[in-house]
Amino acid sequence: MPTTTKDALAAALGADNVRNATDADAVCGVRPQWVATVDGTESASAAMKIAAEHGLRVVPRGSGSKLDWGAAPTQVDLLLDLSAATGIVEHAAGDLVVHALAGTPVAEVDETVRAAGQQLAIDQPLPTATVGGVIATGTSGPCRHLFGGVRDLLIGITVVRADGTVTTAGGKVVKNVAGYDLGKVYTGSFGTLGVITEAVFRLHPVAAEHRWISATTTDPSTAGELADAVRHSQAVPSAIELNRAEPDGPITVCAQLEGRPSATHDRAAELAATLGHGADVLEAAPEWWGRHPFGPDGIGLRVAVEPAKVPHLLTAVRDAAGDLPATVRGAAGLGVLHVGLPGDADPSAVADLVTALRDRCGYAVVERAPLPVLAEIDPWGPVAPGLLTLMRRTKDQFDPEHRLAPGRFVGGI
Amino acid sequence: MQATSIETERSTLDQVVRRFRDVLPPDSVITDPQQRRTYECDGLASHRVVPAVVVLPDTAEQVRDIVRICAEHDVPFVARGAGTGLSGGALPHSDGVLVVTAKMRRILEIDLDNERAVVEPGVINLDVTRAVSGQGYYFAPDPSSQQVCSVGGNVAENSGGAHCLKYGFTTNHILALEVVTPDGEVVELGGPVREAPGYDLLGAFIGSEGTLGVVTKITVRLMRTPEAVKTLLAGFPSTDEAGAAVSAIIADGVTPAAIEMMDALAIEAAEQAVQCGYPEGAGAVLVVELDGPAAEVEHTFAEVQRHCEAHGAFEIRVAADDHERAMIWKGRKSAFAAVGRISPDYIVQDGVIPRTALPEVLGRIARLSAETGVRVANVFHAGDGNLHPLVLFDDSEPGAGERAEEVSGAILDLCIEHGGSITGEHGVGADKVKYMGRMFTADDLDTMQRVRCAFDPAGICNPGKLFPTPRLCGEAPGRRRGVHPLTEAGLAEQF
Ligand SMILES: Cc1cc2nc3c(=O)[nH]c(=O)nc-3n(C[C@H](O)[C@H](O)[C@H](O)COP(=O)(O)OP(=O)(O)OC[C@H]3O[C@@H](n4cnc5c(N)ncnc54)[C@H](O)[C@@H]3O)c2cc1C
Ligand SMILES: Cc1cc2nc3c(=O)[nH]c(=O)nc-3n(C[C@H](O)[C@H](O)[C@H](O)COP(=O)(O)OP(=O)(O)OC[C@H]3O[C@@H](n4cnc5c(N)ncnc54)[C@H](O)[C@@H]3O)c2cc1C
Repeated sequence: MPTTTKDALAAALGADNVRNATDADAVCGVRPQWVATVDGTESASAAMKIAAEHGLRVVPRGSGSKLDWGAAPTQVDLLLDLSAATGIVEHAAGDLVVHALAGTPVAEVDETVRAAGQQLAIDQPLPTATVGGVIATGTSGPCRHLFGGVRDLLIGITVVRADGTVTTAGGKVVKNVAGYDLGKVYTGSFGTLGVITEAVFRLHPVAAEHRWISATTTDPSTAGELADAVRHSQAVPSAIELNRAEPDGPITVCAQLEGRPSATHDRAAELAATLGHGADVLEAAPEWWGRHPFGPDGIGLRVAVEPAKVPHLLTAVRDAAGDLPATVRGAAGLGVLHVGLPGDADPSAVADLVTALRDRCGYAVVERAPLPVLAEIDPWGPVAPGLLTLMRRTKDQFDPEHRLAPGRFVGGI
Repeated sequence: MQATSIETERSTLDQVVRRFRDVLPPDSVITDPQQRRTYECDGLASHRVVPAVVVLPDTAEQVRDIVRICAEHDVPFVARGAGTGLSGGALPHSDGVLVVTAKMRRILEIDLDNERAVVEPGVINLDVTRAVSGQGYYFAPDPSSQQVCSVGGNVAENSGGAHCLKYGFTTNHILALEVVTPDGEVVELGGPVREAPGYDLLGAFIGSEGTLGVVTKITVRLMRTPEAVKTLLAGFPSTDEAGAAVSAIIADGVTPAAIEMMDALAIEAAEQAVQCGYPEGAGAVLVVELDGPAAEVEHTFAEVQRHCEAHGAFEIRVAADDHERAMIWKGRKSAFAAVGRISPDYIVQDGVIPRTALPEVLGRIARLSAETGVRVANVFHAGDGNLHPLVLFDDSEPGAGERAEEVSGAILDLCIEHGGSITGEHGVGADKVKYMGRMFTADDLDTMQRVRCAFDPAGICNPGKLFPTPRLCGEAPGRRRGVHPLTEAGLAEQF
């Protein structure tokens, strides 16, 4: 009978798949004791059963590209590494559906389905981001304007609960209302409700032609008018993005159209003509398209307003940025934008900016920042009390001992 | 024993009614047995229960007061919108309160700048579109019942419609909900600002069939009315050819707004009822609709026509104007009711299969029908594999009802066998509770019920729906195996 925790993990997963953690495995500065590598649902369940028996706090990891997003965990004993849980279980091309293991890079899923003229409409500029990581962080790119975010594309999910139980919600058909839509609850839950091990997504056909209509102005309200004009037009844009490299610099508004050959170009030309402000039709997206305005060592905020209030957001950032070289970029059509800052920006200045934006916008989340910034400010910000109560009760139901990514989420969940 | 417990319930209900009269106008509290009977079923008339009390609140505050009173007295309650549900979701509780939203029909705000509207739960689905169509906007979810069903009911059922192939379901068109939770708190889920952090409880609530609380306010997303719409009707020799045409259209990268199929028996019924003039002698018809920017629609329409011809369509009709388009849809939309003309009784089934399994499953249904002598008419959303087999029978014939039930259940088993779902839009309600265990494991269901316990620890919100066996929420979850200790001790029952 194995006696120590590591022996128990090794007995369940094989000695090669369990090792002592190093500094490189730290999660927001918190170092786990062990790292266990699992290759699928069954082994993840075996690992979680041992973790439950031994009372281990667990943080799941995909490729680790965004392990420092969210708040620092209060403690971690076991890092559950899903990077070996890879593979496409099924690509049902005729049904426009794909089923993949959680550790599979999204780029690999997309590459596979593109061979059939289809796409997984989750823009992911990072080659390593995994299916599980993308669901857990709920990240999305420009084309969610038309196709919806991860929550809207996810139709089935397999999750290993804190006690090791394997559970599935949804299925592999797009239309399905049997039971609660748990896929949405897991989306953006930052590993606090369960370990995602498999997912089924709906796919979309890849359009034959893409065009971008781009216009630049220095005035926030003109930028807002441009975005509104595209949003309310008959052009059915698949994305409306905006980029402002400096807090009071020029603002580029760029919309993406897609569809049948030549018809799309004609639509783009028509839209550009009605927009004015020197709007141009581009044959390729601008280089900033679909990328965060912050690098792996930078500071990234997500700030949102109602779509018609984008100028308000731009002005709020300009007013509150002070000397901080803030870049604003993101979904002008949805009112959800990112603010990028250099990683060495003064932590208290960053905290002041975030507080000011929380006062003036819908919310401001620190998606990622170095530890000194996290020490200054709660990355999530406030959640309405009644709502937070429901979220806490949800956490208590799924993970009564609070062993999954403790402290990572809103309100200290 | 029995008598005492009934008496206790009576006196509790009397107290509850007295408290209701303090917070509601007199005509909003219905205790008269005759009037209560009006609410004994929803659109699924085979399940009937007379509610103990019916209340018709005017405002969200009244709903909150009602729910608080129920919570204090541990009395179950059920929300009801227009009562058109087809799964018995709004089936009342005999010792409980039925909360009817019929008076809550105000459109509170229209904000076209942000493409949204805020409505009360009793607002009729089509009235949302009517309120904004003049300005070139509409509310996309369009169940066939859209002229009568409520937006609150749509939210609870995550209703679909003919156009969900392209535009998704109710869940894709709701930005925020104000809900009264079963412990009487008013909480806003979601909000006018997108992608707010925290668990997506809005996503969990939509489609929860009235088991997580009562919706009092709904922020819906409005969409621009498409620039162009083109509708085509194609007649095929059989469902096989029609199915092949559907596959070819999808494989070509076309996403029509809708692709609907009807088989010969369904066509016959619709023809008798509304004289929609569908192609004579057709073994199947497809209704295909494209919408979007005019240039795209023109282009794609030619391809759709070509695919239909290539797969054996012997007649193709293109609607020249709104009237012709309405006639094409009339046949499809009246199909359920029309079946009443060719059969005294019928069951409307709702199941989903992967679209590629259509030929196989339709073949199996035909065989099942031949073997049992039970006629089945097929009307369905072919684009997303959502079948609505209409199982025909004559209740005056001994055993006929039971045979129809068996065939109807066997069709659901076929859906599960092919990796599909037991419901695509009508919900589980009271009707399909027993099938949930065939589609999901006990652990899957237990996990779903954890959300239920987070919202409704006392289990008083629409109990008995959706889940075959209720979970006891009080215990520490996750550890139990086997018989629940409270059950073993004779202190609680699980049924
Ligand atoms: C437009 C855009 C631009 C972006 N640019 C960048 C960029 O420049 N640099 C960058 O680093 N990222 C960028 N991202 C984000 C990145 O793609 C996501 O953070 C990615 O989803 C992380 O995936 P991962 O596999 O690396 O997850 P990880 O980093 O390993 O984990 C992320 C989080 O998810 C949890 N988690 C992971 N797997 C699971 C699982 N199976 N079950 C439960 N929880 C799990 C972890 O505990 C952690 O909280 C961008 C995204 C977008 C949309
Ligand atoms: C002829 C016909 C055609 C139909 N076609 C379609 C179709 O194409 N697609 C489709 O999806 N459905 C269809 N339906 C089913 C039905 O119309 C829908 O499910 C509709 O959304 C129900 O709305 P309702 O207001 O009638 O709800 P009800 O039947 O009153 O209630 C349905 C459920 O919603 C809950 N509920 C109602 N109001 C609230 C509230 N305010 N808060 C919380 N819970 C609430 C109830 O408790 C119940 O569980 C059809 C029905 C008929 C009769």
